[in-house]
Amino acid sequence: MNIVACVKQVPDTEALIKVKADGSGIEEGGIKWVMNPYDEYGVEEALKLKEKNGGEVTIVSLGPARAMESIRTALAMGAEKGVHITIDKADEYNTAAALAAAIKEINPDIIFCGQRAIDDDSAQVGSILAELLGIPQITIVTKLEVADGKVKAVKPIEGAQLVIESSMPCVITAQKGLNEPRYASLPGIMKAKKKPVDVKDAAALGISVEPKAKIVKMTPPPERAPGKIIAGDDPAVKAAELAKLLREEAKVI
Amino acid sequence: MAKGVWIVAEQRGGALRKVSFEIASAARKLADQLGEEVSAVLVGSGIEGLAPELAKYGVDKVYVADDAIFADYTTDAYSAAVAKVVKENDPSILLLAASVQGKDLSAALAGKLATGMASDCTDLKIEGGKMVAVRPMYAGKAFGEVVVESYPQMASLRPNVFPVVENAKAGAVTKFDAAIPADALKTKVLETQQDASGKIELTEANIIISGGRGMKGPDEYKLLEELAGLLGAAVGASRAAVDAGWRPQTDQVGQTGKVVSPNLYIACGISGAIQHLAGMSSSKYIVAINKDEEAPIFAKADYGIVDDLFKVVPEITAACKKIL
Repeated sequence: MNIVACVKQVPDTEALIKVKADGSGIEEGGIKWVMNPYDEYGVEEALKLKEKNGGEVTIVSLGPARAMESIRTALAMGAEKGVHITIDKADEYNTAAALAAAIKEINPDIIFCGQRAIDDDSAQVGSILAELLGIPQITIVTKLEVADGKVKAVKPIEGAQLVIESSMPCVITAQKGLNEPRYASLPGIMKAKKKPVDVKDAAALGISVEPKAKIVKMTPPPERAPGKIIAGDDPAVKAAELAKLLREEAKVI
Repeated sequence: MAKGVWIVAEQRGGALRKVSFEIASAARKLADQLGEEVSAVLVGSGIEGLAPELAKYGVDKVYVADDAIFADYTTDAYSAAVAKVVKENDPSILLLAASVQGKDLSAALAGKLATGMASDCTDLKIEGGKMVAVRPMYAGKAFGEVVVESYPQMASLRPNVFPVVENAKAGAVTKFDAAIPADALKTKVLETQQDASGKIELTEANIIISGGRGMKGPDEYKLLEELAGLLGAAVGASRAAVDAGWRPQTDQVGQTGKVVSPNLYIACGISGAIQHLAGMSSSKYIVAINKDEEAPIFAKADYGIVDDLFKVVPEITAACKKIL
């Protein structure tokens, strides 16, 4: 089975995000970069599928030079090879277009993406990728079975879970719960250094760098006004005071 | 030239979801500033009768595709239908809900329509004739203002953020044939498994009561569930509680869980890790209950109680019973 898993490198969830004074982006100094957690579920599922059915896993990533670290991490987990599309920044559509151009050459049976990247939080790239490749998609998947050229996926929606079947090839976007991603072993890390990664310039793939969706300004989140600590020794008195404030001051209960 | 503000109304099981009225109201506001009309696309099976409900919230025209193939939501069928009618009518703006279904549909549409989209927006405005969409990024650690250079300018809107405003318009119905050959559809829903009845979805709840590591175990969540039952609230959890196996993953609030913005968020035994704060700090009111007065959650809280949650929460339930 020919499998692709797309990964993005993002700031760690514990990273403090500081917006640049001119609003043009975030301060990247001091940030610890990691593979997007949702992409890890995609990589793990790709590896499990390969281990069951044979074949190979190709990691495809788009980003600046540092994105190579996330590709190497996925190779250390067990993927065979990588494609690194180099570009500093791209909007969701152009990212998907670049991934589609690179993935067409691989002609996979199944493609995994994270359901969203935890930096931009757009949840668009996997879906646009499927559309540009002209193949079906199932997003936010927590369980997957592959058999007889078809996939069966479980997708939680508000108040229910859907069981969805799709033909292959298809795009699956991974949600937490799909699996427990493995850690890269030391021998895995050593081997990963020698695995092939094809580095392609985004412009050479014929990808537009003119964004369709442009972030014109970034701002820090609005500050919250300082709150009120309800003082006292008796839990019952404090609880009653809180209930009163929520009812009469905040008017939320 | 692209003209008109369009929405895709979301229905499930033949009933419009509240978020549809939120996006209709938001669309009306933009359309009034632009001097344009609001049109809604409604796709489903046996749903034509829903059009007047949309008209109440400022929709001038409703384009309806009513067909048995739309009985279940599937990405390929719904996105093909909406893309067809949108391409034929060339709207300037296209809004969807950033619900589970809306996120899926809007992203597929952005691909089919080859346009840009601002996802999960919390504010929209018009500047110089263009839509400017405000959206949290990094789970709310930063905000971005997005302008879409292509048409339609797409945005998905976070549920529970945009107010519902009644403003009756005609809601004139135009039926359209999505003309989707059955063999063009590659996915189908085999089964819908309903969750336990009465459970309120976190992203749509007005009140959320969340428990973290301080809950000490799965059984203690009964305390929160009792208060939640009284207030009509949903129960959430921190990553620590989910990773410990105390609560299901679908209950997790934070950067790697759900990003929520209820009117009231009550954090019990949650210290306030950055990734948790990112997922809930856009709540209108935040209450923190924690033994540790140094817990970072207190910096975000409107009201704080420094005490043992096992003593305080039952007293809050008792106090609420008295005043509600």
